[in-house]
Amino acid sequence: MLIVDLCYEKDSLSRYEFVDPIVQVVRKSGRRYRIRHFSDLGGGETDAEGGVILCGTALKDNSYAGRIEEFSWIRTFDGPILGICAGMQVIASVFGGKIVPWPEIGLKEIQVISETPLLGEPRSITGYHLHNYGVDLPPDFDLVAGSSDNVQAFKRRGHQVYGIIFHPEVRNKWIIERFCQLE
Amino acid sequence: MKLGVLFSGGKDSVFACRRAMKRNQVACLITLISENQDSYMFHTPNIDRAGVLAEAMDIPILAWTTRGEEELELEDLKAAIARAREEYGIQGVVTGAIESVYQSSRVQRICRDLDLWCFNPLWQIDQVGYLRLLLREGFRVMIIGVFAYPLDESWLGKELDEEVIEKLERLQNRYRINPSGEGGELETFVLDGPILKKRVEVVKFSKIYDNYRGCLQIADLRLVEKLEK
Repeated sequence: MLIVDLCYEKDSLSRYEFVDPIVQVVRKSGRRYRIRHFSDLGGGETDAEGGVILCGTALKDNSYAGRIEEFSWIRTFDGPILGICAGMQVIASVFGGKIVPWPEIGLKEIQVISETPLLGEPRSITGYHLHNYGVDLPPDFDLVAGSSDNVQAFKRRGHQVYGIIFHPEVRNKWIIERFCQLE
Repeated sequence: MKLGVLFSGGKDSVFACRRAMKRNQVACLITLISENQDSYMFHTPNIDRAGVLAEAMDIPILAWTTRGEEELELEDLKAAIARAREEYGIQGVVTGAIESVYQSSRVQRICRDLDLWCFNPLWQIDQVGYLRLLLREGFRVMIIGVFAYPLDESWLGKELDEEVIEKLERLQNRYRINPSGEGGELETFVLDGPILKKRVEVVKFSKIYDNYRGCLQIADLRLVEKLEK
């Protein structure tokens, strides 16, 4: 598993908050993993066994959004990808969607509207939000949770590529655990 | 980045400060002194002693009094942070929040309103692992408040060590106590650590305790020079 740090700089103070909690869950799952800052990925990351997790960032940290070209490698990556918050915004941008202003902080109800291997069957769950921006659904992506003007989770059609705007490391660690089981 | 650390003198805010100091400048500590002992937001036991710890760390402290009424105390916190920005030029705020969505989402909103960065370097940390990390890094931590069954008077004044951690781990399994006291089960005060230039010695104290709620009130303490290693 490749865990990608999207924070404004390498070894930032935000890493403890947005990368370490993900690492903790992946480690417990027994998956082998490595952690890289996005600026250290040159595009040759197509061999990340077990998938890729793109982590979130601090509320004021949008530096990744100005450096989307550094993530173009995810377009051809042939394995599961999970984008969390900022990571979801990156996936949306790379695949032709848009990052749009959409501030939310705190626990909110989330409607899962279609069944996927990651989030399971349609139902309501509670998730922790921390973002100033959300996304428009990119072409060839299906809405998994929320609505078209409030995209909470999406999936690339025919691929195990997911984005979720809330933070599963808070109160929904099962989502990361389940991602670790995807083939 | 110049940062202000929300500071109580307990282990979480001190350790958050430690992490913040690694690559950033901690320009000030911000302490809310709550007149309400049951504040939802702020650590209360011996909060007036935070200034002594700030002196031991050689970092300026901005102390701000709040009546500690639910939600209104957030306005006081916001005013304190705004003042810290004026006085010390901070660009961001650091907290020692671990699990509390209640506390962290409120601080996040205040930072957003004030256009400041917000950092929570202990967020979601494994609590037992964290207690051991404190010991490994050379922190000395005293338990100064207990607020949950079965934590009784004997815990007041205890210093964190491996034996105490193992006990807390057992209580976590049996009574769902948060081993680091994140749910308000216990409060702590830091006596020494790598970011303290002098160590704290508690000279005189008294205990107030009744039915699994109690505090160790520090009546007198002093700073002691540390021997060069």
